[in-house]
Amino acid sequence: MERQIALRVNGVPHEHAVAPRMLLVHYLRDVLGLTGTHSGCETSQCGTCTVVLNGAAVKACTVLAAQADGATVLTVEGLAQAGNLHPLQRAFWEEHGLQCGFCTPGMLMSAYQLLNENPDPSPEQIRHAIHGNICRCTGYKNIVVAITAAAREMGKGAASVSR
Amino acid sequence: MFPVEFDYVAPASLQEAVALLREHGGDAKILAGGHSLIPTMKLRLAQFPLLVDIGRIPGLDRIERHGDHLHIGALVTQRQVETSALIGDLCPLMAETAGQVGDVQVRNRGTVGGTLAHGDPAADMPAALLALDGSVQVVGPNGERTIPASALFVDMMTTALEPDEVLTSATVPVLGPRTGSAYEKFANAASGYAIAGVAAVIGLDAGGLCTVARIAITGASSKATRATAVEVALLGKRLDDPTVAAAAVHAAEGLSLIGDIHADEAYRAGLARVLARRAVLKAAARAATRA
Repeated sequence: MERQIALRVNGVPHEHAVAPRMLLVHYLRDVLGLTGTHSGCETSQCGTCTVVLNGAAVKACTVLAAQADGATVLTVEGLAQAGNLHPLQRAFWEEHGLQCGFCTPGMLMSAYQLLNENPDPSPEQIRHAIHGNICRCTGYKNIVVAITAAAREMGKGAASVSR
Repeated sequence: MFPVEFDYVAPASLQEAVALLREHGGDAKILAGGHSLIPTMKLRLAQFPLLVDIGRIPGLDRIERHGDHLHIGALVTQRQVETSALIGDLCPLMAETAGQVGDVQVRNRGTVGGTLAHGDPAADMPAALLALDGSVQVVGPNGERTIPASALFVDMMTTALEPDEVLTSATVPVLGPRTGSAYEKFANAASGYAIAGVAAVIGLDAGGLCTVARIAITGASSKATRATAVEVALLGKRLDDPTVAAAAVHAAEGLSLIGDIHADEAYRAGLARVLARRAVLKAAARAATRA
């Protein structure tokens, strides 16, 4: 009944036998101990379980771990590099883009996919991109400000690298 | 929240998938993106002893033009439909409709084949397929067959697919000259599903009279349905606002309307009429700009 899966999470290869009904969010949290990915509504609405699966933001409560066999997964724990916060994380901190913080990991991962596809999004495009992420503190305004600030910061970085 | 236990297999070919469906009968269910099936199973509204994951079968994720038709593979995601330049240019109704499905994360996983085979009465894509007069291709033990959109949606969560058939692609026509399309939707704020949605394809002759009118309504009734009374009232007419408004009054005729906690039957009928008017006007305006 169990099924062997092998995948890379935040650059680290993992192999486990999992029950077919195990959801990716439970695999990440309960098997790998990566509890940064939250489990909220469990009905693919709130977006707090958002991770980046093969480059696309997805709701890990609605993906079977078995479906992620062979995949590359990025969770919120994989954003910071060598102890340095990702520009998105720093911007959420500096711009007060979180209050209780429950939605934050999902917001960050949705924003991560957005900035990968569109390095200079308008506020409207940001709101469109985080449509699937619910913040019950209703801190959306500062979340949009934070993502805008991160985009600016990352744009600067890219410009200095290309020089 | 997680589903009842099931077994899982990921066949490498369509033949293998069909053989598994045949072997297991009604006990097996196809899994594609899983964004209809997994929530249904988590809520324990359905359970299947075996899921056959077609997500690893090569060749089902292509978007191709053949003459005046587009073939969209069953595994193409809603997000790919939304952002495909080919679909946006040649069949913009599909892109416009896909862009209104759920949210980015849902569109990244949900597939064209999955939503069409599932037959959710509140799904968006069935309205587009009906208004385009498209079709789906399916493979079963007896080979391939084509099911026209007009015969696909049988009832709530019920399509014309046999339990041992796999939907492999959808076919939609390339938008012709002087033809325009639009999808107008009133979404449930939480789930994103259509409380009502109307897809319209409108064709005009050189003098501006309506020669093609295909209107399809989703969300309001037990299955996506063509609004033939609206279509008849539009054909041959100049589509000014009073004419379209008068035609749209017929939008809910013949529908077996749904009433639930979100909207009762009368409210859904009202939405169907309002959205039909908006969709037709928008499609007609677009048709007028496409010489």
